[in-house]
Amino acid sequence: MAAWTDLLLILIALTNLAMTGLSSLGTCIRVMAIQGVMLGFVTIGVRHDAVSAHILILVVGVIVIKGLVFPRLLLRGVREANVRREVEPFIGFTMSLLIGTLGLPAAIWLGSRLPAIDPTVSPLVVPVAFHAILIGLFLIVSRKKAVTQVLGYLGLENGIYIFGIALVKEATILIDLGVLLDIFVAVFVMGIAIFHISREFDHIDTDRLSTLKE
Amino acid sequence: MIAALFLIPSLAGLTAFFIRSDTTRRTLLMTTAIGHTILTTAAWWVKEEVHAEAWLALDALGLLFLSITSLLFLVTAVYCLGYLGREPRGSHHDIEEGFLISNAPEAVFTGCLLVFLGMMSLVCVSAHFGLIWVAVEATTLASAPLIYFHRHHRSLEATWKYLLICSVGIALALLGNFFLAVAAATPDGSTMPLVVQNLMGHGDSLHGAWLRAAFVFLIVGYGTKMGLAPLHTWLPDAHSESPSVVSALLSGALLNCAFLSILRAQQVLSAAGCAAFGQDLLLLLGLVSIAVAAVFIVGQADYKRMLAYSSVEHVGILALGVGLGGAGAFGAMLHAVNHSLTKAMLFLVAGNILAVYGTKSSGDVRGVLRVLPVSGLLWVTGFLAITGSPPFGIFLSEFTVLKAALDQGRPGVAALYLALLAVIFVGMASVFLKMAQGEASGPFKRKETTESWSSTLPPVTLALVVLMLGVHVPAWLSQLLHQAAQALGGS
Repeated sequence: MAAWTDLLLILIALTNLAMTGLSSLGTCIRVMAIQGVMLGFVTIGVRHDAVSAHILILVVGVIVIKGLVFPRLLLRGVREANVRREVEPFIGFTMSLLIGTLGLPAAIWLGSRLPAIDPTVSPLVVPVAFHAILIGLFLIVSRKKAVTQVLGYLGLENGIYIFGIALVKEATILIDLGVLLDIFVAVFVMGIAIFHISREFDHIDTDRLSTLKE
Repeated sequence: MIAALFLIPSLAGLTAFFIRSDTTRRTLLMTTAIGHTILTTAAWWVKEEVHAEAWLALDALGLLFLSITSLLFLVTAVYCLGYLGREPRGSHHDIEEGFLISNAPEAVFTGCLLVFLGMMSLVCVSAHFGLIWVAVEATTLASAPLIYFHRHHRSLEATWKYLLICSVGIALALLGNFFLAVAAATPDGSTMPLVVQNLMGHGDSLHGAWLRAAFVFLIVGYGTKMGLAPLHTWLPDAHSESPSVVSALLSGALLNCAFLSILRAQQVLSAAGCAAFGQDLLLLLGLVSIAVAAVFIVGQADYKRMLAYSSVEHVGILALGVGLGGAGAFGAMLHAVNHSLTKAMLFLVAGNILAVYGTKSSGDVRGVLRVLPVSGLLWVTGFLAITGSPPFGIFLSEFTVLKAALDQGRPGVAALYLALLAVIFVGMASVFLKMAQGEASGPFKRKETTESWSSTLPPVTLALVVLMLGVHVPAWLSQLLHQAAQALGGS
């Protein structure tokens, strides 16, 4: 049981690394979709001692929402808004990949600063979760397009979700909050906002939104 | 009854989306605002006995912040009546750049405004950390369409920044809640309910290291919403681009609600014996906020942005007061009241000036005292009040915080605080006084300059309350402030 969970966790870390180096917007969205599906299975792996109906609903919800619905909406958004297919970073791809890789030791260090958690949980969970959060934040600040920022936000959210399933054993309602409400914020509202941005300016670069500066 | 405080405005808000008649909708807005104030007033007398594990409870802290929110909403609702009446229908010229824009439908505006009130009330009455989180999240969602009322590229940019930055903050606050749940795990593996009173009661058995980690994420997450530097970057844009009524509510009520969420975490931290950890963080962020605000206030050319940076300054003072503890906590509570009322008044007056002059650039506005006598007078009064000149309330609360710093043997903090306040005073004086005085000049947008009662009565009321609070804090308010300060371990 533990072996494939660890494998999935490593794959999640790799998809995050890939996000920093990929240049095609469509591929980025698909990579995040794969990550969403893997996230669903990791839930079972991490909570294998107590797979309840509640957990199963959560798993299905995560896979459907993060693996299917969001990617579809984002791909459609990109198509309809006629966004150029490249990611357009502020920080170059090589540099981004380097920063993403350096994120790993940083995440391991951050994880070691936290008090020890339940020994039945894989030791990979905390570093992978921190890594996802760091990469998510990095993508939000280092990419020009609104769509890429949403992808970064999804990555950040996934990292927090991994923390949730690994740490919060009893109050599962807290984890549900994360899944249900972050969906609402991240894509619904931002999707609507993107829609307006693309409508009114015919582009969805956030660096063109730069009138309000000191 | 506690549930009614957030249910009534939320339901009224949802109804407002479907009301087609402007008159009916505005009546609903006004009735709900009055009803909410009556309920809040009743809550001062009727103390409900609540179970220690109840998710909804109204303690002194919650009641204080709820009262501020309710009063502000009532006052801004009156202002709103006139404001919505004056707003043009259909497409009209942008007041600053002249291109054609249209407003969001009034039903959406009113609906969101009421839901916003409902969710801010929910923050005030929540005793469960998960529920607080949901409520803070919901305030973000409800207020975003308000910022984007005038549909132009500047407000869109502000809304985008607001949503993105605050949603990242809220995500991090959720992580803080997870850590809190770990800290509250009992040895047999189950988790205590994350209810403030319950956690405080079991303070000794909480896991200290996890609790501190939780606090760091909660203060970063909610601090983003509160506008503590360096997490404040959304704030100047959202406050300057949203309609002035919305800015008044954002600054006067929303920032307080986020502050309350941090205070809840600080309460638990104190009960677990780690009060100093939280206080040091608050003190640091407070001083950084005041310093950042001072830097951006000096030479600020946009008067609404200046007010926004002034909010960063004042949330910094709130954090500083609680961070100092002791009498500082009382000072912070009093300051929350004073700042909310003063800042809301200033934003409303700024709205009056903007409507007539048609520019937010302070260099282009001259002679407000001649053009708009009442607003001009309020502008000068507001300047004196917000910079902490006697006899206004802010003088009293800022002085209390200063005294707390000196009493605790922290002359360095006190000196830095005073120096920054002085810089801010000079920075604001050069803008406010120039705008108020001189010959009337500016790119006037509106010819008739008679001031309607709906645009002057709300700020006049607020100014009078702030003046009264500076001269005499009534016993009933003082008692509540003391109770709130005691809940934070102050005096």
